[in-house]
Amino acid sequence: MAAGFISVEGLAKRFPDPGGRGELTVFEDLWFSVAQGEFVCIIGHSGCGKSTILNVLAGLDQASDGAVIVNGKHVTGPSLDRAVIFQGHALMPWMTALGNIELAVSSRFRGKTKAEIRAHAESYVELVHLTESAHKKPAQLSGGMRQRVGIARALSIEPQVLLMDEPFSALDALTRGALQDEVLAIRARTDQTIFMITHDVDEAMLLADRILLMTNGPRARLAEIIENTLPRERSRADLHKHANYYPLRNHLIDFLVTRSRQLAGDGGAHLDPRHPAVVRPALGAAAAATGDGADHPADAAVVAAIRARAR
Amino acid sequence: MSSLSVRATIVSALLLATLLLVWQILVQGTGAGPQQMDPEYARLVGATASQGKSAMPGPLDVGAQLWRHLSDPFYDKGPNDKGVGIQLAYSLARVLGGYLAAALVAIPLGFLIGMSPLMSRALDPFIQVLKPISPLAWMPLALYTIKDSAASAVFVIFICSVWPMLLNTAFGVATVRNDWLNVAKTLELSRVRTALRVILPAAAPTILTGMRISIGIAWLVIVAAEMLVGGTGIGYFVWNEWNNLSINNVINAILLIGVVGMILDQLMGRLQRAVSYAE
Repeated sequence: MAAGFISVEGLAKRFPDPGGRGELTVFEDLWFSVAQGEFVCIIGHSGCGKSTILNVLAGLDQASDGAVIVNGKHVTGPSLDRAVIFQGHALMPWMTALGNIELAVSSRFRGKTKAEIRAHAESYVELVHLTESAHKKPAQLSGGMRQRVGIARALSIEPQVLLMDEPFSALDALTRGALQDEVLAIRARTDQTIFMITHDVDEAMLLADRILLMTNGPRARLAEIIENTLPRERSRADLHKHANYYPLRNHLIDFLVTRSRQLAGDGGAHLDPRHPAVVRPALGAAAAATGDGADHPADAAVVAAIRARAR
Repeated sequence: MSSLSVRATIVSALLLATLLLVWQILVQGTGAGPQQMDPEYARLVGATASQGKSAMPGPLDVGAQLWRHLSDPFYDKGPNDKGVGIQLAYSLARVLGGYLAAALVAIPLGFLIGMSPLMSRALDPFIQVLKPISPLAWMPLALYTIKDSAASAVFVIFICSVWPMLLNTAFGVATVRNDWLNVAKTLELSRVRTALRVILPAAAPTILTGMRISIGIAWLVIVAAEMLVGGTGIGYFVWNEWNNLSINNVINAILLIGVVGMILDQLMGRLQRAVSYAE
């Protein structure tokens, strides 16, 4: 696999086993990369270490093994180059929405004057359509508005990479949809490189270019990389009308419901950690795959074909 | 809501009226005695002995005395006769001196303890042993070391104010939400900027709670400390009036101590509300 903009190489996280003297491996031997401008989602069940992976990418957590390289630089700690949107909005409740963004802007652009910082922050408040609520405290904002401020804060520092940790999971379905549209629009405008954790299959299908599937933890591994076969220009309104929608969705759900467990059960013996299978679920291919749970010969055929092409 | 507060005010007023009435009845003289007594002699021994009147002044006597104190609070007729305003000012100056010194020590030290698990563990035994010591127990040591009674009183205030502020600051700093600290890290805020822009405002309500407890304790302790060191202050005033056998003035002082303590607490409460935030 060619080294991407973000390159994750042999990453592992182990904790001392709380019960015995051994170690508990959350995930190990993780290899993947993200290209510049790409939107990659990672899906897996709780306990597979998704959040830990994101925290290692952010520099907030240390891996036990392996390395993360972003734009040619080894990640050793947090950086303004990698903005994080936290699951809970993580806004400072004693500052206004604008104040929260200004804190970020003033950290990134140390030379700017107060007026410049304010103007820069205001432009990002406008980007997420919150101009009228800019001077409210987070407690006075709805959940969706708070997360918008979180997005504006992350974007305002103009990061190389945006890391999102289940950013919309605490929101109701309608608000979540509106925010997903917001992210799509911002993405279309800025071409931001984004790495996102989600447990929502539809969210991943709507937003991501590629979807990383993790087996169940402990000892979670990267099972497959799904290429999104839906057209790049998507909207929530007609996503489900595309021919590839159900093959893709079925494949993802099938993985989450049964295969993530089965693959974890056999210890990931069939998996090639350095070259995880790349699958492109589309109308013809996936139709044959249905009805055959355990071995997925059809998928395997697709994988083989892709591998062959890659070599 | 307003009807509740109106009703509460009425109940309060009724309770006060009942209290004053019972007080008045309890201290009233029986009126018996003066007939059998030589009026000259009765005047000499006073109403308490001649009419069985209680030595405890009634609410009207106390009210009249309070009025005299409040209408001329700042007179100064020598070391043993100063207005209550001057005495309260002495006490307040000592409390504020000791209290501010305690804040200057406790808040930075609390930050250190809250931010560093090492210092937290290292200092814990000292705090555990020093905290339960009655502040007045330090008095002889302070008098011997400082060799100045007024400064010793300030030191006693310092030592009693320091603990609630120290422990609350440490707790507030240690329990700042991890999310906010992570934000500070990803924004590459310097340690100083993280402390001032994130940790201080996040911990401010808890710190202020400690400061509010401290000012209450300081005001409790100053009366006792001034009884010991003497000279000036409301605590000295109470003891001096007891030696003068003026129960009326003692009651006056008690009322004033209560009112000043309430004002101090409410000022801190206001400050606490100013820095609190809703999540």
